[in-house]
Amino acid sequence: MTADNRQVGQSASLWGQLRAMAGRGPAPYVLTLAYAAIVSALLLLNPTTGLGTDMVVVLFLLLMFVIYRAPTMLAFKLTLGTILLAVVMPVFGVLNPFYIDVVTKAGMFAALALGLNVVVGFAGLLDLGYVAFFAVGAYLWGIFSTPQISNIVPGMEPLHGSWFWLFLAIGLAVGAFFGVLLGLPVLRLRGDYLAIVTLGLGEVIRVLATNLDRPINITNGAQGIKDVGRPPLFIEPLFQSLGITISRLQEYQLYFYFLVLLVLALTVFVVHRLNDSRIGRAWTAIREDETAAIAMGIPLVRMKLLAFAVGASFAGTMGVIFSALQTFINPPTFDLLRSIGILSMVILGGMGSIPGTMLGAVIVTLLDLQLLPRIANELAALQRRGVPIPSWFDPAQYQRLLFGLLLVIMMIFRPEGLLPEDRRRQELHHDEPEPAPEAKTSPAVPESAQSVEG
Amino acid sequence: MALLEAKHVTKQFGGLTAVNDVSLTIEAGSIVSVIGPNGAGKTTFFNVLTGIYKPTSGAIVFDGKDITGLRPDQITALGICRTFQNIRLFNAMTVLENVLVGMHTRLNAGLWQILFGTPAVRAEERASLNRARELLKFVNLDHQRNQLARNLPYGDQRRLEIARALAASPKLILLDEPTAGMNPQETAEATELIRRLRDELGITVVLIEHDMRVVMTISERITVLDYGTKIAEGLPDEIRSNPRVIEAYLGKGAAAHGVEQVGG
Repeated sequence: MTADNRQVGQSASLWGQLRAMAGRGPAPYVLTLAYAAIVSALLLLNPTTGLGTDMVVVLFLLLMFVIYRAPTMLAFKLTLGTILLAVVMPVFGVLNPFYIDVVTKAGMFAALALGLNVVVGFAGLLDLGYVAFFAVGAYLWGIFSTPQISNIVPGMEPLHGSWFWLFLAIGLAVGAFFGVLLGLPVLRLRGDYLAIVTLGLGEVIRVLATNLDRPINITNGAQGIKDVGRPPLFIEPLFQSLGITISRLQEYQLYFYFLVLLVLALTVFVVHRLNDSRIGRAWTAIREDETAAIAMGIPLVRMKLLAFAVGASFAGTMGVIFSALQTFINPPTFDLLRSIGILSMVILGGMGSIPGTMLGAVIVTLLDLQLLPRIANELAALQRRGVPIPSWFDPAQYQRLLFGLLLVIMMIFRPEGLLPEDRRRQELHHDEPEPAPEAKTSPAVPESAQSVEG
Repeated sequence: MALLEAKHVTKQFGGLTAVNDVSLTIEAGSIVSVIGPNGAGKTTFFNVLTGIYKPTSGAIVFDGKDITGLRPDQITALGICRTFQNIRLFNAMTVLENVLVGMHTRLNAGLWQILFGTPAVRAEERASLNRARELLKFVNLDHQRNQLARNLPYGDQRRLEIARALAASPKLILLDEPTAGMNPQETAEATELIRRLRDELGITVVLIEHDMRVVMTISERITVLDYGTKIAEGLPDEIRSNPRVIEAYLGKGAAAHGVEQVGG
């Protein structure tokens, strides 16, 4: 008798029955399609900006995770996901340019969180300075695509936007290099000590960015770098041939949306492949018990540095994209709070879990950029209209409180995260089905016992 | 032929000499026990052999190769593997995954091969899964392979540790108190398993053990450590009657029980 069999047999609760019903036969296909159709229709037919649309956007992104979890054929999942992300979202983005920016940011943070998840979730190395690698990528492209470069290499012109593509790869390599560089001093540290040292190293990068305007002006100091180069729009002719005329701003929005989507897909692929290999198993082993991992022949130094390098490389590439997307970067963007924000995405979503981390990133980003400010605005509007909310209560000032409360509640009631790694879910809920302790309960005296003693 | 030779191995921690000038020769295909009162330096000696500690002085030769000062993973790759006194499994991994981790040094897939998912990598993964299943069957845990390691009963965890060590295809396996905390039935099973390691797999076994019945039953040679120094070495019968050994155990207080077992 296996634990699985018993679990299926005992799911007699209403929720369990509903789940079982939704998972049988054509039901999951119909339900997912209906969900997708309703959400898409709501988005496309009513592309206004407001709390209602905010909610629909949230539902749209959650739909991605529903599709991922639904017990359907892979081809169905891929087709539906592609239609939604490559057609519905962009069209909605053209109709209402506000939201696609938020979705692009969510994708960007999802990739960053996945990178951090390699270090924290897989290898168990608590890194509080992760945003440093993001900064390195951003400054890399920021410096090379603006006149800043002539301060370093006299006479060198800023690179043309078409170099951007190459810099995606260079950002990857430079990120990995910095990952190894900052990983080296912390190899021997564990837990709290590691966290503090990475925190320090992360601050070092930010302080360098703030102060490296003298003696040579490399980073332009606290003023930051503006007019960062953007890649040329190769999709423009395509749109023209299709007879679509949209503003340049919107074209860039779509361009970055698809670019982030592409890089995110690549990140998921790489992280998934690694996690499913001897390298991923070695990382998990290090997380679980470093001493035992060493004794089992895992080269600790190499595996830890690899985790730092892989995690940092995604941040490097995303940094390059970020600087081109924003066209302006300055040191406060890369402060400790940002590192912690990314870490909270990983923990909220489920450490070590790829879909969980992405879900965490999406939720935190949407809350941050969209939902919490919107709720604050709505409350302020109510206040003005005379609803009895005390005047000392400024909703805008309190929006972070809601976020903090959410984190606290999550950690109390679901410490393993929203979509935990399958293994971890079992680990944190001991009270649920335990395997039958067969070996302990069988009182039979083995025949071999006598022969050994004799 | 000597598989492992420790030559005048000394390990000091600051002013404390945990292992003092211990020389030991282990013949290929033998089962050897290292015994001694608590704090005698047995586990430290294991840690030196497996490269977790570097010896302060002395040399270790394994299979004709000087392994003194090599990293633990290099030593594992050469063919020494171990289990731990207090079980150290990868608790949040499944039983099967634990064994797969043990195979790390025997797998060759590199970063780029893994990313591109080459046929070689996939074949290697398949082969390693089959091998892991075989090893689990050998220790009679295959039916538990998808359980988390932490959910196994105590005796099963001990056996899983052995399976994980076997995954590295060792020539020599070091077992640190393999029957500690077991009831008589589990102890008998464990003893049988240790014997099978040598008889069926041809692996040389060195064990640290406190249960004198186990030690006297399966060891072909016994080495006794006390305060980091080797005080006796020989056949089980010689050790049983060695006055220095009896004295070492009596001096530790827990001795009366130990001597009784040695005598019985």
